[in-house]
Amino acid sequence: MAHFIDRRLNGKNKSSVNRQRFLNRHRDQIKHSIDDAITQRSVTDVSSGERITIPKRDLSEPFFHQGQSGIKQRVHPGNDQFQTGDKIERPKQSSGDGGGEGQASDEGLGADEFKFEISREEYLDLLFDDLELPNLEAKESADLMDYKVTRAGFSNVGQANNINIIRSLKKSIARRIALTGATKRRLKDLQEQLTQLQSQPIGHDAQIKQLKSDIEICSKKINRVPFIDDFDLQFNNYAKVSIPTSKAVMFCIMDVSGSMDQATKDIAKRFYILLYLFLSRTYKTIEVVYIRHHTQAKEVDEHEFFYSQETGGTVVSTALALMHEIQQERYPTSQWNVYAAQASDGDNWNNDTPLCGTILLRDLLPNTRYFSYIEITQRPHQSLWQSYENISRTHPQFVLKHIKDTSDIYPVFRQLFTKSKS
Amino acid sequence: MKPNTKTADIESEWTFEKLEKYDALISDVATRFGLTTYPNQIEIISSEQMMDAYSSVGMPIGYNHWSFGKKFIQTKQNYSRGRMGLAYEIVINSSPCISYLMEENSMTMQTLVIAHACYGHNSFFKNNYLFTTWTDAEAIIDYLVFAKKFISDCEEKHGVNNVENIIDSCHALMNLGVDRYKRPSKVSMREEKARQAQREEYLQSQVNDLWRTVPLTSNENNNDDTIKFPSQPQENLLYFIEKNAPLLQPWQREVIRIVRKVAQYFYPQKQTQVMNEGWATFWHYTLINTLYDDGELSDSFMLEFLHHHTNVVYQPPYNSPHYSGINPYTLGFAMFQDIRRICEYPTEEDKHWFKDIAGSNWLDTLHFACKNFKDESFISQYLSPHLIRKLKLFNIIDNDKHNYLEINAIHNEQGYQRIREALSAQYNLSNLEPNIQVYKVDMTGDRSLTLRYYPHNEISLSENIDEMTRHIHRLWGFDVVLEQENGDEVVTELTRCPKSSE
Repeated sequence: MAHFIDRRLNGKNKSSVNRQRFLNRHRDQIKHSIDDAITQRSVTDVSSGERITIPKRDLSEPFFHQGQSGIKQRVHPGNDQFQTGDKIERPKQSSGDGGGEGQASDEGLGADEFKFEISREEYLDLLFDDLELPNLEAKESADLMDYKVTRAGFSNVGQANNINIIRSLKKSIARRIALTGATKRRLKDLQEQLTQLQSQPIGHDAQIKQLKSDIEICSKKINRVPFIDDFDLQFNNYAKVSIPTSKAVMFCIMDVSGSMDQATKDIAKRFYILLYLFLSRTYKTIEVVYIRHHTQAKEVDEHEFFYSQETGGTVVSTALALMHEIQQERYPTSQWNVYAAQASDGDNWNNDTPLCGTILLRDLLPNTRYFSYIEITQRPHQSLWQSYENISRTHPQFVLKHIKDTSDIYPVFRQLFTKSKS
Repeated sequence: MKPNTKTADIESEWTFEKLEKYDALISDVATRFGLTTYPNQIEIISSEQMMDAYSSVGMPIGYNHWSFGKKFIQTKQNYSRGRMGLAYEIVINSSPCISYLMEENSMTMQTLVIAHACYGHNSFFKNNYLFTTWTDAEAIIDYLVFAKKFISDCEEKHGVNNVENIIDSCHALMNLGVDRYKRPSKVSMREEKARQAQREEYLQSQVNDLWRTVPLTSNENNNDDTIKFPSQPQENLLYFIEKNAPLLQPWQREVIRIVRKVAQYFYPQKQTQVMNEGWATFWHYTLINTLYDDGELSDSFMLEFLHHHTNVVYQPPYNSPHYSGINPYTLGFAMFQDIRRICEYPTEEDKHWFKDIAGSNWLDTLHFACKNFKDESFISQYLSPHLIRKLKLFNIIDNDKHNYLEINAIHNEQGYQRIREALSAQYNLSNLEPNIQVYKVDMTGDRSLTLRYYPHNEISLSENIDEMTRHIHRLWGFDVVLEQENGDEVVTELTRCPKSSE
C-alpha cells in the first residue's frame, strides 16, 4: 500500500541557492552582458529584469568523451531502402548519433549562447554593483505638500451624512442592555411568581393584582428606554493630512558636443537611471525632460538624446535657460518637484560660465529640489567646475561630482539618500 | 473483483481518494504477477517543484552547486518557452521508493504513472542485480542528507569558492569515478556515514604513509627505482586521487568521495536504461490492461491511456525529422513483449534461436531477465529476428578514413546476428565512454601522475583534454600527463598540465 504525500505546499524555490551560485560564478560575463544591454534600454525602464546572454563555452561542464575520428557503428530503425553493402554519402552534420552520450549537448547546433532572464532586483544589483540599493530611502521630507482627506477613526460629533450606522447601533444595543438589565431580571422574577400563583387553585387575588401592577411598572420602565439616543451616535471621522506631492519632473541635461563620446554618454546614462530609480521610489508620476546642448539647446526624445552625434562648441547657459523656460511653462513648482541632472565633460565657452552661474542662482536653484552636476572627464577641471563649486558651497541642494568611471556615480546619491536603518 | 464497483468513468480530475483506490487495485494485480517492490511513497508536486527535481539530476536532496542552478535556469527556460514538456514522473531508487507525480496530470495519467513508476521501476530497482549489488536503497536518502550537510559545513569552514572548485573538478571527472569491473565492498552507505569521522584521520595517515620521505627500509636493498605505483592500472580515477593525492586536505578527500559515491549510485541507471524503461512500460501496459479486463476501468479511461502509451513507445524512423536515436522505451517495451510472445506462442524460428525459453512460463522468464541482465547483455541475449524485422533495424559503419558510410547489416538472415551484436555494443558503456586509466605515479621524482587512454576502434579523445587535465591537476596537485596507447603499443603523449613543465 502506497503512502501518499502532498508536497505542493512545500516551498518551490529549492533551487534558488543554486541559481544564486550560478549568477555569482558568472558575474563578470553577466555584467558584461548588462553593459551591452544598458545601451538598449530606456532611462525610465527600471521596472523589469534583463535578459542575459553568456557565451556557452564559458559555462561548459567538461567531461572526457570520445572525439569524431575512428570507426563507429550505429544501429538505426526504420530501414526502407538499404541493402547490405550499400555505401551512402556521409550526411553533412554527423547528426546521426543523436542518441549518443551527451556529445550533442556540448557542441549542439547553433546553441553557442546561453540566454536567461534575471529579475529586476538582480539587474539593478548588478548594474550598480552591489550599491545596497534596496536599503535606501529618501531622507528629506521637505517636499511640496499636497493635502488629502483620509479616514481617521470615529468621533461622537459630526454631520448626519457621516453617521456610522453599525457602530451607532452597537452602542445603542449596549446602552439598552445596560439600562434595562436589572429591570428585566425583576420582570422575569415577577412573571414567574405570577404564573406560580395563578397555577394554584386557591385565590391569591390581592397578591396577583399587586404582581400585575408591578409587572406593568417594570414593562413601562423598560419601554421608556429609547431605542436610539444622542450619545449612541457615532460618526466617521475624516482628517486632512498633508502628503508630499507625488509628481516630479526630472531634467536631464547633457552636453552633446563633439568631445562627448559614447562611453561618456553611457556613464551619464547610468547616472540618469539611478536618479530616476530613486525618484521612482518617492514619486508616483515622474516625467523626464531631455535637453541636449552644444552651442544651442534643444528638447529631444530619449533616443536622440543619447545617440545622435553632434559637433561644435559648447554653451551651457543655453541649456539652463531652456530648462528654466520649460519648467516655468509646464512644471510649476506648486505642483511639481523639480530635479535636474546635468552631465558634461567640463567644456564650456569661457565667457558663458558667469552667465551659467547667474541663471542657476537666479532662476533654477530657487525652483529645484535638487540639482546635480556630474563632470565625466579625465582632464583637469575648467572654469565651469570652479564656478559651480562656488555655488555648491552656499546651496546644499546643488551637488557636483567628478566622475571618472561608473563606480564614482554612487557617492553623488549618498548626499540625497541615506541607508535606511535596518 | 466486485463487478458492481465498475467505474463507468474515472473523471479526469484526480483526488487523493481515487489515487488510493487505484493504487490499491494496481498493487493487487502487481502482486498477482509476482512483482516485488520497495514500499511506495508517492509525492504530489507542482510543475515548479518538478523543475527543482530536474535540476538536481534526480537526487531528492542535493548539495548546492552552481551547475544545478544552471540546469534549473535551462529547464525553466525550455519549459516556459514550450520547447519541452516535463516528465510526468520522477522516481528515485530508494526505500521507500519515492515517486513524484505532477499535479497537472489527469487521473488516467496518474494511474499510468503509478503503474509505471511505483510498480514497474520500483520492482526493477529492487530486483535487478546491478541495483542490488551497487546501490543501497535503504541508505541513499540518509547519505544524501549527510552529503549536503557535510558540503555546506565545508563551505562555512573553507569558503564557498574553495569547495566549489573541488566539486567542479570532481563533476568533470565523475564518469571516471565509478568501479566498472570491481565488486563492491559490502559496506553500506549508512555505515559509511558512521565511519566518516574516523576515516578522515585514517585516510590521511594512509596517504602520509605512502609519501613518507624517510624510507622505512634502507634504500640500498632495493635500489631499482622501477617499482611501479600503482602496480596495476586503475580505472577509478577519483578513487585513486581520494586515496593517494599527496596534498589534499581530509575534507577535500571526503568531498571527492561524496561525488564518487553519487556517481556510483547513478551508474546502474546508465547501464540499464533500455531494460528499466522497457520493464516499467511493459508493466504499466500489462497491469492497466489486466485491470481493464477485470472490469475496473472504463473505455474512456483506456482510450486516454492508450493515447499516452503509444506516444511513449513511438519510434520515429531514421529519416524522420523527429528521429534522435533509438527510443529506449520502444526498444525495451518491444523486447519484453517479444519475450512474452516467444514463451507463449513460439514460432519455428524462435525455437531455433531461443531453445531455452520458447514455450516456457513467460512470467518466470521475464523475472529472470529483469534480475540478471544489463542493457548490453539483455540485448545480446534476447533481441530476436522477429523484432529486428519489426523495427527494421540496420547497422551503419562510419569509418572516418572513408568518405562514405557503409550499411553493414539489415534485417535479413545474414544480418540478425550482426545487428544484435552491434546494438548490444551500442549500449556497452565501456565502448561509449573513453577508457582512461591511472598508469603510474612518479613516486620518487616529481610526483607526476600519468594517465593512459586506450582507444576503442581508433576513436580519439574529445578536444577538451587540456581543460580536463587542468581539473585533474587541481586535485592531484602535481604534474599530470595524459598519454594514448594504441594497439601497436605505441605510446604518444596527448597533453600535460602544467604545459611547460620545466
